[in-house]
Amino acid sequence: MNPPPKFHIRIRFAEAGKIRFVSHRDVARLFERALRKVRLPVAYSEGFSPRPKLSFGLALSVGHESDAEYLDVELTEQIEIEDLADRLTEALPDGLVVHEVAHREHGSDSLQQAIVSCNWRISLQGAPTAAVEAAVAEALAAEELVIERVRKGKPVIANVRPAILELRVVGSDGSEPSDSPTAGDTLLEAELSTQGTSLRPAELVAALAARSGHEGLVESRVWRTHQWLIVDGVRREPLRPPEPTRRDLHSCPNRTRASQLPSTELQRSLVEN
Amino acid sequence: MESVWSQLEPLLPLVQKPARYIGCEDGAKAKLPDPSLISWCFLYPDTYEVGLPNQGLQILYEIINERPDARADRSYAPWVDLDALMREHEIPLFSVEHHTPCSAFDFLAFNLSAELTYTNLMNCVDLSGVPVRSDERSDTDPFVIVGGHCTYNPEPIADYVDAVVLGDGEEVVGDITDVLADCRREGVTERAQILARLAHVESVYVPSEYRPLYSSEDLTTASLVGIEPIGDAPSEITKRTVADLAEWPYPKEQLVPLTEVVHDRLNVEVFRGCTRGCRFCQAGMITRPVRERPADQVRTMVSNALERTGYDEVSLTSLSTADFSGIESVVTDIMDDSEDAGCGPISVSLPSLRVDAFGVGIAAQLQRAKRTGLTFAPEAGTWRMRQIINKLIREEDLYEAVEAAFSQGWKRVKLYFLIGLPSETDEDTLGIIELAKACVAIGKKHNSRASVTVSVGGFVPKPFTPFQWFGQNTHQELQRKVNLLKDAARSSKGVQLKWHDPKATLVEGLMARGDRRIGPVIEQVWREGGIFQEWSEHFGIDRWDEAMEANGYRFEDFVFRHRTEDEHLPWDHLFAGLHKDFLWQDWQDALAEVGLEDCRWTPCYDCGACTGYGIEHVVASATPPAGGSQGTGQDLTTGGIVPVTLGTKPLTGSTARS
Repeated sequence: MNPPPKFHIRIRFAEAGKIRFVSHRDVARLFERALRKVRLPVAYSEGFSPRPKLSFGLALSVGHESDAEYLDVELTEQIEIEDLADRLTEALPDGLVVHEVAHREHGSDSLQQAIVSCNWRISLQGAPTAAVEAAVAEALAAEELVIERVRKGKPVIANVRPAILELRVVGSDGSEPSDSPTAGDTLLEAELSTQGTSLRPAELVAALAARSGHEGLVESRVWRTHQWLIVDGVRREPLRPPEPTRRDLHSCPNRTRASQLPSTELQRSLVEN
Repeated sequence: MESVWSQLEPLLPLVQKPARYIGCEDGAKAKLPDPSLISWCFLYPDTYEVGLPNQGLQILYEIINERPDARADRSYAPWVDLDALMREHEIPLFSVEHHTPCSAFDFLAFNLSAELTYTNLMNCVDLSGVPVRSDERSDTDPFVIVGGHCTYNPEPIADYVDAVVLGDGEEVVGDITDVLADCRREGVTERAQILARLAHVESVYVPSEYRPLYSSEDLTTASLVGIEPIGDAPSEITKRTVADLAEWPYPKEQLVPLTEVVHDRLNVEVFRGCTRGCRFCQAGMITRPVRERPADQVRTMVSNALERTGYDEVSLTSLSTADFSGIESVVTDIMDDSEDAGCGPISVSLPSLRVDAFGVGIAAQLQRAKRTGLTFAPEAGTWRMRQIINKLIREEDLYEAVEAAFSQGWKRVKLYFLIGLPSETDEDTLGIIELAKACVAIGKKHNSRASVTVSVGGFVPKPFTPFQWFGQNTHQELQRKVNLLKDAARSSKGVQLKWHDPKATLVEGLMARGDRRIGPVIEQVWREGGIFQEWSEHFGIDRWDEAMEANGYRFEDFVFRHRTEDEHLPWDHLFAGLHKDFLWQDWQDALAEVGLEDCRWTPCYDCGACTGYGIEHVVASATPPAGGSQGTGQDLTTGGIVPVTLGTKPLTGSTARS
């Protein structure tokens, strides 16, 4: 007898606001429940404790937000995906928004193995923008950027310079609107490798803090804006980003970044509630 | 009302599990802060993961939010890391819905399910910026109210709370809200006046309206001789009992948290009360009579909630759940409904599994989505001991249950026992390991790696049980028994032993039966940093020893000594529905090793729980469930015999022996 046919869908979603404090594992549980609520024919593993067959991309650290999270789901039958993104968003808690759903060929690499790099947007506090700019320039010019990290319980020295694919200061005190709660922050954009020697945003900030001479330099908000994979030698996203007109500005975290910052976010949640 | 969110948010990346503090649950009510509404903040004095699933608080939270003139939020004890940061940054305790300071609410209402949370109660009140002692609170401070099983002896915390609610809360929260609404309309703002009115609400005990009487002025040696009203408050406060659960289908929208909590599944209460009559069990005594929810309502509540929440597991909650009339057809219907709805595989769990093959069979059939562990609670190691505690499970019943479990694929079963029970001998204690060894042998027939986990807790006598007069074993004695068990378990392959810290059991006992004199002891432990005493990494007996000594008290007087029939008990001014002479008689029966049948299917023995309220047990079926009136695995319909020794009841017994 042939094994039952398998069908796969890939989901792209955003995670923003208070829900950033929920762990990756808990987000997985939220999706399991949402998939049941919309009655998707999810495939289950065999055995004593069957589990739904979901596989996520790279885990997002607690406290980080994202416009580009991915989830692959195995199904037992082919389904219509036309309004699935909206139905899933409806079934998920506030702050999790599904932007795209697509059928996926079986057999392509799992997300975790395929992703080669991620883009990050990082807001920094604790040092003047000029000091951050200098530290960034110094880091980019350096042959080596050595950090100490703990791996498997042991301290390890690593040169993480090759993991910095792109790094620039994109905003500072003057460049943000004056009513923005981020005024005073410095905004960084970085593309960091996830293969070979990888580098996490917090590690990058710690390395910059050491070079800037401002030990108090810390990240206040961190957003993942893109995850990249290489297909036939071309860098692309696992699913194309949402089209700007697809959704109204209100529900798209990509465009309401300023309004999601602390005080306004609270006002918004009060109004919505 | 101000929100503390903007102050809290930068701290959250610094603490463990920040999702505890963000709210956003599915099912959360979000009535905006509005000074014209009577406002309640429902608190559980332990972590979010432990407190969120509390069904009692969820029920009251919904009932209050349904009222047009009131609103409710929730709060939980922040873990020690955030607690320290909040104190450093002067952030007050907040509700998780709007991050409103708790001090801005009219009522801070705590559920007290465990005595060891009392220091956390004080900590939460203090962290709210409210004075911990009720007599230091001003007219603008919230009223601190407590409810839940521990409040059947609220005396140890009587000076720290403004009001205590006894029994089912569904109606009382409304009555209390009405009192405050009336006061506002009439312009009454003085705290003492409002408290005096609350003291006249049925089932509400306002401790400041009562004074304890002692045998002498030196409180360190005195005995409690009475607790009397100071003004015109009633001399006895009777618990509230909701007669018909069908009228209260709550929670209608169970909270679904964003982060994993204990009991993280749909929970539907199928009945309240239990008349099996286990003499150690306070829950079974104080929640009588039995009131079942109609099966149709259970089915509707389950199917609606599964669809709304996306949970794949539902737990039917009650004491001894398999006793629910027609439990088999109810669970079969639930499974069929969920299959029809296309929600994927669903598991139904019965948290309180009866010790017989019937229970296991049902468990195996019900757990289609995932199998959870199987736990049985024989409670004592010998038949003699089980007669004394009236948990009339025969060895054969246990062996049949275990046989059924291992043969159906479980590799490990868990057994719960109590040590330090009345008249317990070392033979009784060691009988625990003998039972476990026999269970392992049964398991080995089916799986070479079969094992049995034995979980042992020290017995704490509780108010309103037949054992309320019994002197608790000292922690040294409990430790000696644990050591006996450890030695015996070491030579028993396949038996794993876990035990509760006897020192924590000692403190539990102090608060379970202490009186108002114990309040300053608890306060001192809290002031010395003794919070999260339920958590072994934060519990330390030294603080308790020091606080007892500093106040001049001895554990002996409150915990270890046996009490006599004529002694005034600290909870004698409260009434849980059970006649004191019934409890005393049952205590004497226990010492005479005489069992008592479940009155659902046998004649009434007049414990008082029904007659006092003019209501009857609400059971759908006049036939005892499979397994018989004591769950002994015998089919009574074919003439089985319940192994209850119904001997002559000794009318005058000796005092307790141990």
